[in-house]
Amino acid sequence: MAELLVFSERDDLAFELLSKGKEFSSALNMKLSAVLLGEKIDANAKANEYFAFGADRVYAGENPALADFNAESFAEALYQIGQQNDVKILLLPSTKRGKELGPRVAQKLGAGCVTDATAVEVKDGDLVVSRYSLGGNTVAVEMLKTPHKVITVMPKTFELGVKESKQGEVVKVNLNLKSPRTQIVERQEKVGEKVNLEDAEVIVCIGRGLEKKEDLGIIGQLSKALGAEIGCTKSLCTDYQWLSEDRLVGLSGKKTGPRLVISVGISGQIQYTVGIRDARITVAINKDNQAPIFALSDYGIVGNLYDVVPLLTEKLKSL
Amino acid sequence: MNILVCLKQIPDLVYIRVKDRKPILEGAPLIFGEMDRNALEEAVRIKEKVEGTKVIAVAMGGAKLKEGIKAVLAIGADEAMLLTDPLFANSDTAGTAKALAKAIEKIGGYDLILCGEGSTDNYSGQVGPRLAELLNLPQITYVRKLEINGNKVRAVRNMEESFEIVEAEMPVLVTVANEINQPRLALLKDILKAGRKPVKELKAADLGLSGEEVGVKGSVREILSNLAPEQARKHVVFEGDLKDVVENLVNALTKEGVLGR
Repeated sequence: MAELLVFSERDDLAFELLSKGKEFSSALNMKLSAVLLGEKIDANAKANEYFAFGADRVYAGENPALADFNAESFAEALYQIGQQNDVKILLLPSTKRGKELGPRVAQKLGAGCVTDATAVEVKDGDLVVSRYSLGGNTVAVEMLKTPHKVITVMPKTFELGVKESKQGEVVKVNLNLKSPRTQIVERQEKVGEKVNLEDAEVIVCIGRGLEKKEDLGIIGQLSKALGAEIGCTKSLCTDYQWLSEDRLVGLSGKKTGPRLVISVGISGQIQYTVGIRDARITVAINKDNQAPIFALSDYGIVGNLYDVVPLLTEKLKSL
Repeated sequence: MNILVCLKQIPDLVYIRVKDRKPILEGAPLIFGEMDRNALEEAVRIKEKVEGTKVIAVAMGGAKLKEGIKAVLAIGADEAMLLTDPLFANSDTAGTAKALAKAIEKIGGYDLILCGEGSTDNYSGQVGPRLAELLNLPQITYVRKLEINGNKVRAVRNMEESFEIVEAEMPVLVTVANEINQPRLALLKDILKAGRKPVKELKAADLGLSGEEVGVKGSVREILSNLAPEQARKHVVFEGDLKDVVENLVNALTKEGVLGR
């Protein structure tokens, strides 16, 4: 029986993929499987959760080459499991690791691959995948013509399903892998507070309208009054480094879905607006009434942010 | 040592307009992707540090690529190999990687291949890993710092939760992140001199590729639609005295039920 295989280096994202993968595999009449890779895996303990989220089968691949993530060995492992079985579709998370892994496995399989999928659905017995294109200006809806398909899906695209009591089989696989040609010498954890823009209900985003780093204070006060998380555009975190990259909203950063987002001093380049497209209500504060951000806003204030933001903060605090 | 830099021309996104949800690309000039330029800059910086380094640009693009490549040579590439055959036009990532791999095999003798981690238009990030697989090379992606020590590279990768320091022996394929450097601009005098550097054009047939394997015909995907998403926003702009304006906004947001925790 043809199979849809899920792999993620993070279990939580594997569960998201399985939750939706269940729908796909039943519509396409496939078995739903998942794979655990590592040097040593406690497969029986872990597999139960994978079954609970819908996997019919869990492959356990142990090999010294899989001790730490490296795209080359992990791609080869997934390829070998795919070949030993009848894997037609491989679903991966669009994390950085998933995204460097997907195309490499696809190349081995002669498969088409879509990365950063924002939606996947079954249509006429095949998967139809959406992703941003042309720098976020458009959404390309596409199908892969190859017999094998690899899709990396943006985290949070699929809702986490409800766990069910379900049995499945654990299948140990023999992998023939060479030792990795890249060595991880050191990992430096990124410092800084934990930012969770993806789950934030209210976000205040700041852009180049802010003149200096010290002025972030007024943005902090506004976000505090709103109970909001702070996000920013690329220039503020990458170019000026006033804020950490975890706060980057947009095409090369986070995609958000809050109930309210207030864009302050942001002109509205597509690279940013992609990240707030799913917000329920969008507000813009900008001194240029011609700024493109107003075209994407429910409510707008034309004015200097240095005047508007403190007044707004004060008003919100008085509520 | 020999460094190959892969570059691809894409439409300049600044010039893309959207009409009736359809993107209009006519008139948008072709430029090299942002991170492709970071890859070139990094190669040139290595050349400035490591004696005897040669930088060869392998570029894919339209008819004007011959003109556009001069800036690449002016910045410091020593030679260029151009993939300008119309058969390559609209290749997807699989087709692009295939053509690049064939060209690179033809050049041979490389130690380091540098690519951008993604293109500025689609950010799909597929060409680097696909190319590494085709050439049977290790890959180091998302690199923000790169050092060459003898026959080894040491790279700092920008991952979600950490910076990962990775070493590998050359040959290796490295994809660079935008923050790795600030690319220099080509100077006019260098552009004029660049005409003297060797530039070779390769057709699909020179690489043993047929029109079925690259371009639109070789594409592994079928695009069903490519439209701007529908945006229904209210477009209410408050004007006048700022105190009133702020009050109006807060009232509107309260009505929408988006305030409060």
